[in-house]
Amino acid sequence: MDFTRRDTLALGAGAVALTVLPFRVNAAGEDAIAEFTGGADVAEGGVNLDAPEIAENGNTVPISVSAEGASAIMVLAMGNPTPGVATFNFGELAGSQFASTRIRLAGTQDVVAIAKLADGSFAKATKNVKVTIGGCGG
Amino acid sequence: MADGVRPRVKAPRSAEAGEVVTIKTLISHKMESGQRKNKDGSVIPRSIINRFTCEFNGTSVLDVKMEPAISTNPYFEFEATIPEAGDMKFTWYDDDGSVYEDTKTIKVG
Repeated sequence: MDFTRRDTLALGAGAVALTVLPFRVNAAGEDAIAEFTGGADVAEGGVNLDAPEIAENGNTVPISVSAEGASAIMVLAMGNPTPGVATFNFGELAGSQFASTRIRLAGTQDVVAIAKLADGSFAKATKNVKVTIGGCGG
Repeated sequence: MADGVRPRVKAPRSAEAGEVVTIKTLISHKMESGQRKNKDGSVIPRSIINRFTCEFNGTSVLDVKMEPAISTNPYFEFEATIPEAGDMKFTWYDDDGSVYEDTKTIKVG
C-alpha cells in the first residue's frame, strides 16, 4: 500500500487527535479551577487534603481539607463526570479552616483541593485515590 | 420534599466563651446524582441538597456549596468559635426548594 502525501498528513492529524483526547477529559475540571481562581496562579502547598490512598467503595470516600487562614476551599474530583464536589466558605465564626465530609468517586483519580488564602492568593493540594468500585451507579 | 429527610447534629450543650468546638452534622438524603439510570435505561433526575449553612446568632460559621459528588446522607464535620451563649442554626437547601433546619442552643460557662 502506497502512502500519498495527503494520506500521511491525514494519518498524522488522526494520531494527534488521539493523543490530545485523554487530556480533554480534564477540561471541565480546569474550567472549574479557572472560574474559582479567576485565572490567578495556583501555588502548590499550603493546603492539607486528607483522603485514603485506596477506597474500596467509591460511594463514600471520607476526605478532609484544611488551610490556615483560607476564606474558601474548593474540592474537585478530576475524574468524575462532573468534577465539582464542594466549596467550603468559612465565615467569621469558623473555629478553624477545616472541614470533613464524604464524597463519591467514579474511579481511580486525582482529588484536588484549592484554597483561597487570606492574602488573595491560591494554593493547591492533589491526592491520588485508588477506587475499587466506582460510585456513580450506571 | 423528599421523603424521610432527618437532620442530625452533634454539638456541645455548653462551652467556654471563645472556645472552639467541633460540630458534626448528618442529614438523611438520597442525593440522587443525576448520573444513574433506572431499569428502562432512562436517567433518574438529579435530586440533591445543594447548599448547607451554619450560623451562630446570625453570624456565618460555614457555607458549603454542594455538588452531586457528595455522598448519600451528607456528613460534615467542622469547627466553630463560640463567643457567647446563643443558638446555632443549621440549614440545608434541597434542589426541589425544600429547606431543612435544625437549631442547637449552646450555653456559655
